[in-house]
Amino acid sequence: MNEVSKIALPELPELSVSRRTFVGGAAGLTFAMTVSGLVTEAVAATGRDGDNTVNAYVTIRPDDTITIMSPAAEMGQGIMTCLPLIVAEYMDADWDKVTVEMAPANHKLYGNPKFGGIQYTVASLSVMGYWGPLTMVGAQTRQVLINAAAEKWGVAASECSTEPSKVVHKSGKSLTYGQIAAFAKPPAEMPKVDPASVKNESNYRLLGKDTGRVDVPAKTNGSAQYGMDVQVDGMVYASIQRSPVSKAKPVSINEAEIMKVKGVKRVIKLPYGVAIIGDTVEATKTGREALDVKWSKAPGDTFTTATAMGDYLKIAADPASKGITWKSKGDVSAGIAGAATVKTFEYTSEHNYHAQMEPMNATALVSPDGKSAEIWASTQGPTIAQLVSSKVLKTSPANIKVYPQFIGGGFGRRAQPDFVVDAVLLSKIMGGGTPVKVIYSREDDLAAGRMRPMTAHRIDVGMDKDGKVVGWKHRVVGESAIGYTNPDRLKKSGGKDVLVMAGAEIPYYGIPNWMADHVHQKRGARLAAWRGIGAGYTKFASEATIDKLALDAKTDPVEYRLGLLSDEKAKKVLTAVAEMADWKRKRSGTALGVAVSQLHGANVAGIAEVSVDKDGKIKVHNFWMALDPGIALQPDNIVAQTESNIIYGLSQSIKERVTLENGEVQQSNFHDYEVFRQEDIPNIEVKVMPQGGIPRGIGELGLPPTAGAVANAVRALTGADLTQMPFTPERVKAAMKG
Amino acid sequence: MVAFTVNGKAQNVSAGDDTPLLWALREHLKMTGTKFGCGAGLCGACTVHVDGEAVFSCQTALSDVAGKKVTTIEGLAPNGDHALQKAWIAEQVPQCGYCQSGQIMKAAELLASNKQPSRDEIVKHMNSNICRCGTYPRIVRAVQRAAKEA
Repeated sequence: MNEVSKIALPELPELSVSRRTFVGGAAGLTFAMTVSGLVTEAVAATGRDGDNTVNAYVTIRPDDTITIMSPAAEMGQGIMTCLPLIVAEYMDADWDKVTVEMAPANHKLYGNPKFGGIQYTVASLSVMGYWGPLTMVGAQTRQVLINAAAEKWGVAASECSTEPSKVVHKSGKSLTYGQIAAFAKPPAEMPKVDPASVKNESNYRLLGKDTGRVDVPAKTNGSAQYGMDVQVDGMVYASIQRSPVSKAKPVSINEAEIMKVKGVKRVIKLPYGVAIIGDTVEATKTGREALDVKWSKAPGDTFTTATAMGDYLKIAADPASKGITWKSKGDVSAGIAGAATVKTFEYTSEHNYHAQMEPMNATALVSPDGKSAEIWASTQGPTIAQLVSSKVLKTSPANIKVYPQFIGGGFGRRAQPDFVVDAVLLSKIMGGGTPVKVIYSREDDLAAGRMRPMTAHRIDVGMDKDGKVVGWKHRVVGESAIGYTNPDRLKKSGGKDVLVMAGAEIPYYGIPNWMADHVHQKRGARLAAWRGIGAGYTKFASEATIDKLALDAKTDPVEYRLGLLSDEKAKKVLTAVAEMADWKRKRSGTALGVAVSQLHGANVAGIAEVSVDKDGKIKVHNFWMALDPGIALQPDNIVAQTESNIIYGLSQSIKERVTLENGEVQQSNFHDYEVFRQEDIPNIEVKVMPQGGIPRGIGELGLPPTAGAVANAVRALTGADLTQMPFTPERVKAAMKG
Repeated sequence: MVAFTVNGKAQNVSAGDDTPLLWALREHLKMTGTKFGCGAGLCGACTVHVDGEAVFSCQTALSDVAGKKVTTIEGLAPNGDHALQKAWIAEQVPQCGYCQSGQIMKAAELLASNKQPSRDEIVKHMNSNICRCGTYPRIVRAVQRAAKEA
């Protein structure tokens, strides 16, 4: 076995509409749905804790209680409230009677149609992906209940309607959903219903209101269970050191010394690191601190980011560099060649660490025969955990049970399966059905973190004689994150890497010819998706550029953007945020900067108000943001997610960076990988302005405008042109002098 | 063997004297509400009270709490209904929630000694605790609400 990333994922099964067979019973009604969302099957629940009930979306019991499954992972974004709320709305359930359960790994039932039909909570695609299927599940469930009640009463179904958890006949008589579940038989075929005919924004009872998140109470009293909290009888603990340089292997280990530590049971050499197994966490921790490993050479051990950044900029500027086109419109070469003037801008961003509060961990119990496993983990990707573990054990995915736990911060880190593999591998090596709980120290979590790649950007802008932008070329130089996590996927996409390039497209600006491309580098960092993916830096580069064009044109930055934007919805959020900030008002000692962005068709605009002290330290006083989620399913949660994005985004803009020397991460904990704390937080105002259509993902939408808004505000205040993220005091000071 | 009180109940933990209180609580006593975040006293996720004072349990040796009263999130209020916990729900503070036990315990220390803290006092007091989801504005609002409603 090599690094986990080298394990090729098996092909994911094709999506298909398949009917499932269920055993009948009398304890209630269960509704299951296939992955396409086109077919819903009603079955009588057996009342047992069997496959029937566990794998269903909705179970209605005679006592009127209803269980709705949440197919997506809860990592703070509120999805385990939002998705079941959609079902409850369309089935007209009494929300007070609903209990939400986290779905186990079973992509045939719970996969996201927008992400290859697997359970993979990433890319802010849960609401968009599950919206169609879940509105259908709700609407069909409601219709089955109506039909059953109508049949019982001997009336036409069309004479019946619903009130919360009740079918009501026009005569006034009614039956609760629980009463119906006690006698109803599952129909042979699910009724055909158009969800939009049942419910829409005008008659929502639950959606669009703030019902409160179902997971919040447990998160105030210590009872919410995360992967870190899992306790399995007879388990042993493991600490793990991965090679400091990606792909290096352990050559020698001071095993005898480690084995002297009280409570240490075993030192295990893995292909990619060393694990210490012990009876207690303190034993594995003490053993880990005493661990001394010699590592093999690795391809990445010459990667020193400070010098590599110079290479990246040279590569970006070299016309001979070959880029892979990400997205384009018109003919950018002609646009720039025919331009009266061409301006060039450069930017850089460094590696970033997720810094999720819950260090990586997982617990696994591999059966004595080594052919099946149970896994408890905080994972964004139950399906991938299942598939990769089945590869490790050379068994069928059906033999791997994954129990997803609350996630103590995902941000893309927990979309990777490496930490699950650790636990599975170690439980297998320990043998005899020994459960192993792997806990990374914060230092190990950071040293082997999966970073957002370091990038250099070059933007060439061509303008005609009137100053109109006629060509825009955005080149990004950096390692491929997908090339690290899943080389096969990169090959299939022809080298297009959404994790690196997202946001380099600018379809909302009325620029006739634009193109973004990626010059791939191979340097050897461990990489992954990071909240907002590429847009965290690509929108910094594009929005800082737009501001400089506005400055050259002696035009107000908001006015300039309104003139350039071709997307009417984008103009609305920009106009709204300018009003919120009282944009035109002159400030004393502070200044404003603006930036816009778009993700999955949703528009957002943000304005920062900043000051800069004599040491070059930026203080953000206010941040205003307006965004269009299409339909606002949970308005307060959208505000909360946007506050979160602004803070995460400002933190990466001003403070956060990982540097590598000879391939090794130089930071080790929160003292040298600093993130925003309470004292850094500006006053934040958010305006949610849904402009219709479908509900869109909001888990990352607010992040991309933050860096551009701050850089543009600092320029407005001091004239300093910030081109390197993060905007550290030294860089700000240097830029102010420059 | 170290004897101390956790949430009013006498406990004996059989572990080395220098075992961090954090791991004694989490893995020996199976009280997992107190979280491991950094192991270095930098993030505050492990905050508990020892004789009423908020401490980083990852930096507190088991032997240091011998004979002392430890309060964790599970014991802050009998039914999880401390004014802060109610305010945390009212303001919908938690997102991933992992840091919130520590945040609430840290805030409880403040309100115990300062019934009506100013905004600046809240911000300063809470600066020891990192929330990566950025629930900071709501934390301040919830502390203010708890101070008002307590």
